[in-house]
Amino acid sequence: MALAVFGIFNIYSAEHGEGNSIFSSGLNSGAQIKWLGASLVLALAILFIDARFFLTFGYYFFIGVCVLLVVTFLTAPEIKGAKSWLVVGGLRLGQTSEFAKFATVLALAKFLDGFNVDVSQWRTRFLAVGIIMLPVALVILQNDTGTAMVFLALFLALFREGLPGWVLLLPVVMGAIFLTVLIVGFEQMAIALGVISLIVAIVVLLIKLPLRVIWITIGGAIVCVGFAFGVNWAFQQLRPHQQTRIEVLIGLKEDLQGAGYNVHQSLITIGSGGVSGKGFLQGTQTRGSFVPEQTTDFIFCTIGEEYGLLGTSAVVILFVVLLLRVIQLAERQKSKFARIYGYGIVSIIFCHFFLNIAMTLGLFPVIGIPLPFFSYGGSSLMGFTIMLFIFIKLDAGLKHYF
Amino acid sequence: MKDKYSNRFLSVAAIIVFMAVILLSRLVYIQVFAEEYKQFAEDNTRKVKAIKPSRGLIVDRNGNRLVTNETAYDLKGALRFIKAFDTTAFCQIFDIDKEFLEKKLEDLDDGGFYLEAGVILKRLSVKSVALFQERQFDFRGFRLEADITRRIEHPVAAHILGYLGEATQRDIEATENYYRLQDYIGKSGIERQYEEVLRGEKGYQYVVKDKYSREIGKYADGANDIPAKKGLTVMSTIDLDLQAYGEQLMKNKLGAIVAIEPATGEILAMVSSPTYDPTQLTGQGRSNMFAELSADTNKPLYNRAITGYYPPGSTFKPIMALVGLQEGVISASTTFPCRMGYTIPGLHVGCHAHTNYLDLRESIAQSCNAYYCHTFRDCIDQSKFANTQEGFEKWREYMMQFGMGVTLGVDIPNEKKGDFPTVGKYDAVYGAGRWRSSYIISLAIGQAEISLTPLQMANMTAVVANRGFYYTPHLVKDPIVRPIEKKTVPIEKRHFESVIGGMEEVFITGTARWYALDSLIQCGKTGTAQNPHGEDHSNFVLFAPKNDPQIAIAVVVENGGYGSTWAAPIASLMAEQYLTDTITRPHFEKKMFEKDFIHKEPENALATDSLEE
Repeated sequence: MALAVFGIFNIYSAEHGEGNSIFSSGLNSGAQIKWLGASLVLALAILFIDARFFLTFGYYFFIGVCVLLVVTFLTAPEIKGAKSWLVVGGLRLGQTSEFAKFATVLALAKFLDGFNVDVSQWRTRFLAVGIIMLPVALVILQNDTGTAMVFLALFLALFREGLPGWVLLLPVVMGAIFLTVLIVGFEQMAIALGVISLIVAIVVLLIKLPLRVIWITIGGAIVCVGFAFGVNWAFQQLRPHQQTRIEVLIGLKEDLQGAGYNVHQSLITIGSGGVSGKGFLQGTQTRGSFVPEQTTDFIFCTIGEEYGLLGTSAVVILFVVLLLRVIQLAERQKSKFARIYGYGIVSIIFCHFFLNIAMTLGLFPVIGIPLPFFSYGGSSLMGFTIMLFIFIKLDAGLKHYF
Repeated sequence: MKDKYSNRFLSVAAIIVFMAVILLSRLVYIQVFAEEYKQFAEDNTRKVKAIKPSRGLIVDRNGNRLVTNETAYDLKGALRFIKAFDTTAFCQIFDIDKEFLEKKLEDLDDGGFYLEAGVILKRLSVKSVALFQERQFDFRGFRLEADITRRIEHPVAAHILGYLGEATQRDIEATENYYRLQDYIGKSGIERQYEEVLRGEKGYQYVVKDKYSREIGKYADGANDIPAKKGLTVMSTIDLDLQAYGEQLMKNKLGAIVAIEPATGEILAMVSSPTYDPTQLTGQGRSNMFAELSADTNKPLYNRAITGYYPPGSTFKPIMALVGLQEGVISASTTFPCRMGYTIPGLHVGCHAHTNYLDLRESIAQSCNAYYCHTFRDCIDQSKFANTQEGFEKWREYMMQFGMGVTLGVDIPNEKKGDFPTVGKYDAVYGAGRWRSSYIISLAIGQAEISLTPLQMANMTAVVANRGFYYTPHLVKDPIVRPIEKKTVPIEKRHFESVIGGMEEVFITGTARWYALDSLIQCGKTGTAQNPHGEDHSNFVLFAPKNDPQIAIAVVVENGGYGSTWAAPIASLMAEQYLTDTITRPHFEKKMFEKDFIHKEPENALATDSLEE
């Protein structure tokens, strides 16, 4: 059943890749079909491999990939500002970080599958976070912040395994503070927090609430101010183009020719699709290649323009169905390994799907992460295929062994 | 396998669904409700491309082409594609210096022509184009762009044909954005007056463009496209040969010739001298040439035929006579005394030696000043008028009917109405009602406050030739866009014959007797007009043949002296050329061609001694 959904996805992806090719770049579409073929072969291969293979060699994949990441970082030429391409003898082999994703998920699953491993223990948490942060650090070294963020999504899987909920709330609070610092300014915000703490303290004293509330409030405020200071400092450390991107996103700057151009054109493209779209190959924005990177990170624009709201909502719903289906499958797994792996890929696919579309809709800064199964790119397509099919294999195979 | 956190799958699912809902609502907003994005997309990708129609030709009355179109080349460059190149060779090809080239390249940068090509040089010479094409591959990023430009077939009639120039912001606003910057529009002459006929109608093509503004296809398969309409051919009333001949005769002289076909008001030739070579205002050197012409103190850009103010002098006398006859103050047999002029206490208008007691016919032939002083005063001081002013007003009304002091409505821009004094003008000088006919006696001989344009002089001659009417003089016979009216003067036909007899006598015994022709009965009148700019203007009006006038001509040669010396032979040669197509008097022709009033060559003594004023 899951296969059917994946199948639809893959076919849709292929169709789209092909359609896209005719106007944007003949090379890209042809290549994408080739990559799709390769991915299917890989997928078949995975289906023939014994499921225990992944369990047994989980760490080795991880270690291998980390080594590759280091090698990539050391040897890669700079492409679009990032050193994420492994190039051997002038041949672009691929973006190693794409493969690091499933390897990390495997390693995380294997680690948490071990005996006496309980996510409620700090030691476990520490090691689990370590497994996640190692590739994050390596990818950041490659100057590919977008991909690094994807790994952080694995906290979602950890949450399922017992990490407290506040871990997930943390980014929301951090996001709020981040925005406030940039929009309002650090000093004003610190003063506001101080005033709020003071008011809370007075209120507490007046209505004789436990003093603990005051300490929590003040403690929270201090942490917030500290973080805000950090954000302020970090923002100053960012490169100007990154600063501009963030400022454009939160509406501090309007720069339709420069940093805001991508998103503005992306919005125009999607917006002009209307409810039913302009029809296959009829997208004027797409044909005019107004949106940069339209075959890769901004592929969603093409869907938006040519298929309209019907197309875009179908894609969103398909992703949601896929994700929920994987959750459902994960929950029915008998092995912890398979379940955690399932949640791992849910986290990663969700992160890609959400951030990519949010980015094209101007809800999130432009970070270079592809839309799974849609965007052009061999490593990405293969990476996600491998990721999914390992899970299918685990789902199909592990039942018999446990 | 159940574990203690297994109900957390719900939270994870909820987060996913929640986030998806955010995306969906944003999508619904952008794709359904936000109209601005659809508009942006249209603007982004649709381009309206104007299709320029070919401009109509201008031909002369016999169908000879005067102005046609030709392909001109502009040099364009796009900085993005320009590589290092051999600037020395480049400058040689286009005959420019390096500073100029550098400045042009800088302008490209400022003008945002990094991606798209901007114009560097316009209207290249054929030689530059050929040389550039040979070496095109050495100059990456530059290309030639063909444009249709005007081709002036003959270097004549510059003032009549006019020229094109780039549309200004004002032109664009005045036409509600029909024109765009860098479009050409008629700036003077027929090109301007008949702009809408000549230009045709622009067509529009809707094309889909990409982000570099490159066309990638038709919009809606061209369903909304509007085809361009070709400009119409304009047929001028000008006779190319006569025009060219007139310009040749007027070479190196200041002044004008206007020749009208009396029966129709069609202008056969309109010469303003000095003129300029209109072909020089079409090429690459246009702007320099224009500056040079503008700075010339002889004002070659100025169309003297319709804007020059000249006292008509004695050429005014036939009209004076007609009014006198109509008012009954003189008859064909009236004689007045003249002893070297008109003398009353305190006033003397000089005249020249001629036999005394001339009748009307002789007074025109000999151009007697006294005769017209008497006529003028008798006319104004008639007892039927309450005062001088009323008499003057009546007299002025006659003159207006002959087209003096008003614009005649010729179909090229900038026609001036000349100066014709009013009662108010003299009231201002002398006090209301405090002036007499004797005060303004100079008007009688076409002097003082009267100024006419050469067109007005030719037109009044046409009225005489027609025995009492004229048609609005015009330069284009097809298509007619301005009304051509017939105007009749309130003078009985019989009076014309007496005056015309006098004008015939001018060529027999009178002031232009040297220019008589056996083959053609010419009627004319000399004028030697005093003016504040030095030597008298040499004026002449003529029509011929006497009984079936085909041409009415006015000639003004500024500071040429006697009317009989220059203007008369020029007018006579013009008439002979037009009516007989041969020149039987090459000695006059030669003298006219050679005479140079502009470059102040030593004067040739003239065989004929003029006797006038």
